[in-house]
Amino acid sequence: MQPTAHAFPENARAALADARLRKALGTMKSGFQGNRAAAIARMPEWEELREEGRRIKDHVLAHLDVYLERFEARVVANGGHVHWARTAAEAREAVLAICRQAGARSVTKGKSMVTEEIGLTPFLEQHGLQTVETDLGEYIIQLRREPPSHIIAPAVHLTRDQVAESFRRAHGGLDPGRPLEEARDLTDEARAVLRRKFLEADVGITGANFLVAETGSTVIVTNEGNGDLTQSLPRVHVVVASLEKVVPTLEDVSTILRLLARSATGQEFTSYTTFSTGPRRPGDPDGPEEFHVVLVDNGRSALLGTESQEVLRCIRCSACINHCPIYAAVGGHAYGWIVPGPIGAALTPGLLGLEEARHLPNASTFCGRCEAVCPMKIPLPKIMRHWREKEHAAALSPTSYRYGLGAWAWLARRPSLYRTGAALAARLLGRLGRDRGRLVRLPFADGWTDWRDLPAPEGKTFFQLYAEGRRPNSPGDVR
Amino acid sequence: MTDAASGRGTRPRVGLFVTCLVDLFRPTVGFAAIALLERSGCTVAVPEVQTCCGQPAYNSGDRADAADLARRVIEAFEPYDYVVAPSGSCAGMIRLHYPELLADDPDWGERARRLAARTYELVSFLVDVRGMTRVDGARLAATVTYHDSCSGLRELGVKEQPRTLLHSVEGLILKELPDAEICCGFGGTFCVKYPEISNRMVADKAAAAASTGAELLLAGDMGCLLNIAGKMKRDGMAVEVRHVAEVLAGMTDGPAIGEGR
Amino acid sequence: MTDPRSQILGAIRRSLRRSPRDAEAEETVRHRLDHHPRNLIPARTAVGPDGLVELFVAQATAVAATVERLSSPEEIPDAVLRFLAGHNLRPAARVAPAAVLDAVPWERTPTLDVTRGAASADDLTSVTPALAGIAETGTLMLVSGPETPTGLNFLPDNHIVVLRRDQVVATYEDGWDRLRAAGAMPRTVNFITGPSRTADIEQQIQLGAHGPRRLHILLLDVQEG
Repeated sequence: MQPTAHAFPENARAALADARLRKALGTMKSGFQGNRAAAIARMPEWEELREEGRRIKDHVLAHLDVYLERFEARVVANGGHVHWARTAAEAREAVLAICRQAGARSVTKGKSMVTEEIGLTPFLEQHGLQTVETDLGEYIIQLRREPPSHIIAPAVHLTRDQVAESFRRAHGGLDPGRPLEEARDLTDEARAVLRRKFLEADVGITGANFLVAETGSTVIVTNEGNGDLTQSLPRVHVVVASLEKVVPTLEDVSTILRLLARSATGQEFTSYTTFSTGPRRPGDPDGPEEFHVVLVDNGRSALLGTESQEVLRCIRCSACINHCPIYAAVGGHAYGWIVPGPIGAALTPGLLGLEEARHLPNASTFCGRCEAVCPMKIPLPKIMRHWREKEHAAALSPTSYRYGLGAWAWLARRPSLYRTGAALAARLLGRLGRDRGRLVRLPFADGWTDWRDLPAPEGKTFFQLYAEGRRPNSPGDVR
Repeated sequence: MTDAASGRGTRPRVGLFVTCLVDLFRPTVGFAAIALLERSGCTVAVPEVQTCCGQPAYNSGDRADAADLARRVIEAFEPYDYVVAPSGSCAGMIRLHYPELLADDPDWGERARRLAARTYELVSFLVDVRGMTRVDGARLAATVTYHDSCSGLRELGVKEQPRTLLHSVEGLILKELPDAEICCGFGGTFCVKYPEISNRMVADKAAAAASTGAELLLAGDMGCLLNIAGKMKRDGMAVEVRHVAEVLAGMTDGPAIGEGR
Repeated sequence: MTDPRSQILGAIRRSLRRSPRDAEAEETVRHRLDHHPRNLIPARTAVGPDGLVELFVAQATAVAATVERLSSPEEIPDAVLRFLAGHNLRPAARVAPAAVLDAVPWERTPTLDVTRGAASADDLTSVTPALAGIAETGTLMLVSGPETPTGLNFLPDNHIVVLRRDQVVATYEDGWDRLRAAGAMPRTVNFITGPSRTADIEQQIQLGAHGPRRLHILLLDVQEG
């Protein structure tokens, strides 16, 4: 995927004008937010669990090299293979080489944001491998050639009728008069079509929610069961995972799993949580004969030890996205890269650079909801602010904005001059808006007055009135 | 300091941090704050050298200017027992972000922490520190709704305190605002950097306010109030907008925010 | 030392400002992996053995699994038949080739067409054992092995799981302890909580996205042995 994060304002404008998108995003509040709140209300230890989750991941990040070595050693001991990839290109090549060696023609895929990040599916298709996304949402957007707009609900930006259009176009052999109005019809049709793909696949590719150092296991968490069919039916199972997915022990995974589903969908536990440890064992009647793990860096190691290291605690639950008012307004595509919302705004500049992604950490009111719901207690506003500091230091923000800010800071350091300026502004604006109590247009403030009135000042500043000796009259006493 | 911390027998000295938006747009809120603080048994001073807390610079990535302004605020307010602002946003800046901003400076870092520990948003100060449970004499026959401004709510835990005091205002009926905890889209410079997004957010907020049937929307931060009032007036909505302190202090004789005389 | 592995590990160590062989870090990691200490355990499972079974049933039912309680393995064939009849399904089941299910008198219910072995694409119903039931969230813990092929858990439309009440444990951690006691980590461990589901279309929940549409638990009120 070509990033379009640099065009965030234009993307956002287009999204705001899209009525169908507005309708699709409207379902998010009652769904994700309400369900999460209910699940957390049933877990009195929630805050302690968050603290433990944070501690586990901080511990891992501080010992990441050692944990990765231990994980690798366990995978190899179990008969699997580990491939290390510094970049997206190396990761793609590693997966292609495994597929070629297996003589593969068709590939099924579970939902995985890191494979989106490295552009794996189009790459395999270009190299002649039929590659099918099997998560329902991912399948839908693959048919539409769109990137995901949400990390756990990739097609959340679409309405039922849009999905039906795509199915009618893609599933040519079926009765054109079949009913496809309901989500049930659409789900059943996808199930039938994809079932054949599962059975004929040579290689199954999944991501990993966790890598367990203790056992060399990879863990996937899905509700549909598509990940399990992807990884248990084909002859070869390839896991693509970024470095920071490693956790120490099965106990540690268990703790984080208590946080994950509740934060994501508001379920107490996801339908299928699957631990895969090496290829099939002697005597096993099924399971893959080969097991490969591709460990992807693609910029993560460079985030360690920096102000944005804490984004590496992310478990991709999407709670921050689901509670973000900016995301709710513009949807995921506006962010122009794989991970949208607050976590995207904190992560993407680190992976793509500020020149590409400088808008994302600015597109926040710092309302703090993201940090409040993050199960890993990632200080998202703080990290976004760090990116703004880097942007300021590199003078990437618009010149007029920086000059305006500088002039204001200069004035704010000179209280008496500031008072005079404020009094002048209050008087001027107060006069302009005296009759109506507000201004409908103000030069240099189009950003404000294009969309709303500017309430007029009362006329004199507080400090003018205070200096004139005005004081409040106190009616009555207080208990 | 110890006097203030130990009890209400003495009159603690509060330094009022007026905030730049109150100074420029809504002096009434400053006087309402003084009235309420005095009624809670405090002596109020308004340090003259104050301008702005530095948050716009801080949130724009300009740490140097923000730190410079922070040091000036600390110096100006150190003599007082408490710092109180009629804004969760500015109070949050001093209470949470000054210590972080100056953490690398051993001297200023310590001074920032000491000041932060005695800095409060107005209404939570009245209730949590001064033990106020009601405002006597305040009267307003109106149905009102209340927007929880983000910084006050999530940085300082301001939620029940304004409701507690509002319930004691004679004649006032409080109807809760749907999605009261969702941002109004002001966000400091955000509202002019991404005006279309800000507009969508404040339009949702205005619609939620209108849906309550309330005549008056209250909040504790001028930024949100200017934004919400500006949107309501632009769209011709009848709901009026005021700072919560005006109602609590009984200072609602003048026009509401964005209303003509 | 320019292979990707060395470069990545080197980059991590540079970022962490650490040397390649840091004895203290290695010891910290080794200790944690060897001892795998438990973290906080939520109090909801502190309800005693009978309470755990009740909690398991309540939680499994809450996620759209169905539970039938039986007093002996001999009742299993009829229970399977009843379940299938209740949903208008063909009276046939692929039963895991597990020793614990060998003891079930399948032949006494001739109307139920029982085949044993791994799943094939057209199996509509499977019957499998489980290693444990986890009361905390009504989760079944299933492991792969010669007697328990994984495909049975996902390919058929209907998954029937046989669980003894003494297999019901409180937490995931208890499940791991049982597994460690049983030997090495199997190829696959499945935590299954309710049937397959999706909400990918307009956030409406649909059961049976790719895996089983129905998950039915036969809970045996008997002890092992």
